[in-house]
Amino acid sequence: MFKRVQTDISNPVSIEFEGQKIDVEQGETVAAALMLAGKRKFQESAVSHAGRGPFCLMGVCFECLVEINGTPNRQACMILAEDGMKIRIQKAAIEETDR
Amino acid sequence: MKSFDVAIIGAGPAGMASAIEATRNGLSVIVLDEQPAPGGQIYRAIETVSDQRAAILGTDYLAGRDLAAAFRNCGATYVSGATVWNIDNGLKINYSRAGLGSDQISATSLVIATGAIERPTPMPGWTLPGVTTAGALQILLKAHGAVNDDVVLVGSGPLLYLVATQMLTARYAPRAIVETTPAGRLIKAARHLPRALTAFSYLRKGLAMKRKLHKSGIPFYANARAVAIEGTTTAQAVIFQSGGKSHRIETTAVALHQGVIPNQQITRLLRCEHDWNANQHCFVPRLDAFFQTTVENIYVAGDGAGIGGAVSAALRGRLVALRIAEKQGKDTIARQNDVLKKLKADQAIRPFLETLYAPSPENLLPADDVMVCRCEEITAGQIRHAVDLGAPGPNQVKSYLRCGMGPCQGRMCGPTVTQIIADHRKKEVGEIDYYRIRPPLKPLALAELAAIESEPTRHTPL
Amino acid sequence: MNNRLSADLLVIGAGIHGCSAALHAAKRGMSVIVIEKDTAGRHASGVNAGGVRRLGRLFPEIPISDRSMKIWNNIGDLLDDDCGFQKSPQIKVAENQAELEKHRERVRKLNEMGFHHETILSRSELQAHLPAVSDHCVGGLASLEDGFALPYQTTFAFQRKAIELGVRFYENTRAQKIRRDGTDWHVITDNGTFSGRNILNCAGAWAGEFTRQLGEPAPVEPIAPMMIVTSRMPRFCNAVVGATGRPLSFKQMQNGTVVIGGGLRGIADPATNASHMLFEKLRQTAQTAIAIFPIMQKAAIVRSWSGIEGRMPDDMPVIGPSSIHENAFHAFGFSAHGFQMGPGVGELMAELIATGKTNSPIEPFRISRFTNSC
Repeated sequence: MFKRVQTDISNPVSIEFEGQKIDVEQGETVAAALMLAGKRKFQESAVSHAGRGPFCLMGVCFECLVEINGTPNRQACMILAEDGMKIRIQKAAIEETDR
Repeated sequence: MKSFDVAIIGAGPAGMASAIEATRNGLSVIVLDEQPAPGGQIYRAIETVSDQRAAILGTDYLAGRDLAAAFRNCGATYVSGATVWNIDNGLKINYSRAGLGSDQISATSLVIATGAIERPTPMPGWTLPGVTTAGALQILLKAHGAVNDDVVLVGSGPLLYLVATQMLTARYAPRAIVETTPAGRLIKAARHLPRALTAFSYLRKGLAMKRKLHKSGIPFYANARAVAIEGTTTAQAVIFQSGGKSHRIETTAVALHQGVIPNQQITRLLRCEHDWNANQHCFVPRLDAFFQTTVENIYVAGDGAGIGGAVSAALRGRLVALRIAEKQGKDTIARQNDVLKKLKADQAIRPFLETLYAPSPENLLPADDVMVCRCEEITAGQIRHAVDLGAPGPNQVKSYLRCGMGPCQGRMCGPTVTQIIADHRKKEVGEIDYYRIRPPLKPLALAELAAIESEPTRHTPL
Repeated sequence: MNNRLSADLLVIGAGIHGCSAALHAAKRGMSVIVIEKDTAGRHASGVNAGGVRRLGRLFPEIPISDRSMKIWNNIGDLLDDDCGFQKSPQIKVAENQAELEKHRERVRKLNEMGFHHETILSRSELQAHLPAVSDHCVGGLASLEDGFALPYQTTFAFQRKAIELGVRFYENTRAQKIRRDGTDWHVITDNGTFSGRNILNCAGAWAGEFTRQLGEPAPVEPIAPMMIVTSRMPRFCNAVVGATGRPLSFKQMQNGTVVIGGGLRGIADPATNASHMLFEKLRQTAQTAIAIFPIMQKAAIVRSWSGIEGRMPDDMPVIGPSSIHENAFHAFGFSAHGFQMGPGVGELMAELIATGKTNSPIEPFRISRFTNSC
């Protein structure tokens, strides 16, 4: 489990992940914020629909793609968390219409 | 469209040093960087890091503070949050500003300072959530003060020990260190020791780190082989062989590392020549003594020019800027010579490290059932089968199997695909070459392309 | 003469036309050598948009396109590889009544000529085929029995089947000079000299040099049609779609990615094999795609590319015998719409070379249409 070296959040920002409200520290990337909240699965892989989560955290691997405020394919490790952001697990695209 | 004497891509040590030196010599400079603040990955969050975090990260990291401060004051145009997605052969650069649309600029000289990426580490289970690179752990620590209290470190290389040491200092020791460096490497590396001794401070730091780790009581497994990560939906355990026994360590997180390699996306896009570096086990752009590529006015500074570390990165950045200034009529020869001397001294440790921490064979040539392309889920076996059918190189394998066609655009599979094809065809890796990289360098919203300026391009004569 | 380097037929160029002709010639019992300066399918054949399209073809091409379609429909039987071929409607969307009227006129003419594969779609029929199409579209022109395939997989499959039938491929071998000596042709390359009774020029954008050496220069312009592909999207389109009044070719692949082309050109540099994208132009393609399919507002481009192709001034290929020499033949200059014709043209070229004639009407594609005016 990821923990903050500094124990308390000093400048809280509130985001939502799959409908769950999460308080995070201002300046944290979406990926870091979610990992600190214990989230590991960020997207479903395109082919087998297996769960995937952040791998490189520096914008290279594209494993941390999430849907942010309705826009898919956002790199969670490159985007800073903002108050009110609604984040969802990115589903494998083809499945989407079947549901 | 604004134009500059020098465009620098990346604001790590190489990019920052290059900008400082170039502006000092009167050149107009723009620095485009994807991160929210200067520092690159090595000095990530250097301007805002708290004292507590600084103490964990150590003095080498804090050396970035002065550089970042000088960079802020150097007078270069600095654009943070800028994702460069195309550079054409007339050095017109398109970049995206974090969802705010695209801009374009042009430059007379280009300095590619996009550094290194961690070498891909294909092994069974490496796509499971909970598995990251070791570099990712360090980024979380630097930028966010986040440490994982349940993680097994797997692989080899200085960064692995640095991360472990930093975690220890933060009082969250890793569960175990599983070192994949094969037995006998130290003996092989020993012949480079005399030269390495001239860079004694690096050796001393390395030894101190290892001593600290050994004293800490963190379980340490040497010469690990047959490493795999188990788990159904997330990582649950690492299994491996070490010391003649099979081991299984339950854990929710695994961090992998097999060294770093140059980020070659931009040099490939611009069709610069690359050579296979057998010591570093990676492709490196072919450069002259002043780090110019085979394409006039395009330079590579920093680890992108071959892995050299943060100190060398800054020196290379300076050298490149001095060379560009010289070409524009400034007398910078004396300073160039001074930098060249320092560079040579700083590189003395490299042959030793490269031999000692060369990637493990099972990482370079994964077994048939291991997934190599994470995006399109293509295994090593499928790649070998495509070669058996007659696909001669990475571009044909890519066209045939779609490996390298997903959102990461081949960054995570390219090196392995080339290595597998070379091995399977019994050819030199350098002969097999690499994916052709096409724009956009990073995925680009179609709507953003629809909205770019329509200013006609400077038509480059063929 | 070195037997290893001689054959009944020498083919220059291992694109889909060269590979297909080689395969069909081998099926007729000829010995064949294919000489390729790069690797099979390196250029337009391997990286085109993959449309298997009869829709909207120039009238003289339709009989050959039809012949090819029959092979496509059973491509797996020929090649033991499905080539990723999918039957799918091809639809040209009309964005206004004037465009639709143009299509009606075309269908009337086609029907008069005895062709019935193209039909008019009303607005509601268009929307039934393309639920995601923008409301402003008024109808379209469709060929419902067309399709698309994976271009590299296809060209590679032709090559592999040809090899299985005994065709010898010399890749990374650049043909430099063609010369005739008695009844034999010789192709001098950077990798030895090849000899054969017949020679077939399938060199695409590089074909002009060989026509010049044969004394019947044809004006081949190297072009670089630009294409882009998106990351995977929810399934919303089951047809290959074009626009009428502006350049667009648009299809969603089986895996959900969307390939967008349409003929806007980048810069081709045949000397270095390089092609350069011009995003200022591609922006128009992006605008068109979004205008016709509003869902594309959410799409992300992962890659752009271009394969160097040979274009003729009248946009029609050169297919047939040399106008000067015996036993010399051409099949090139398909002007960015040759992929669908590959299987059929290869078959008819093999027929022509082996028997001296073909039933397919190739007269409109004669090379002398250029040499006479030169």
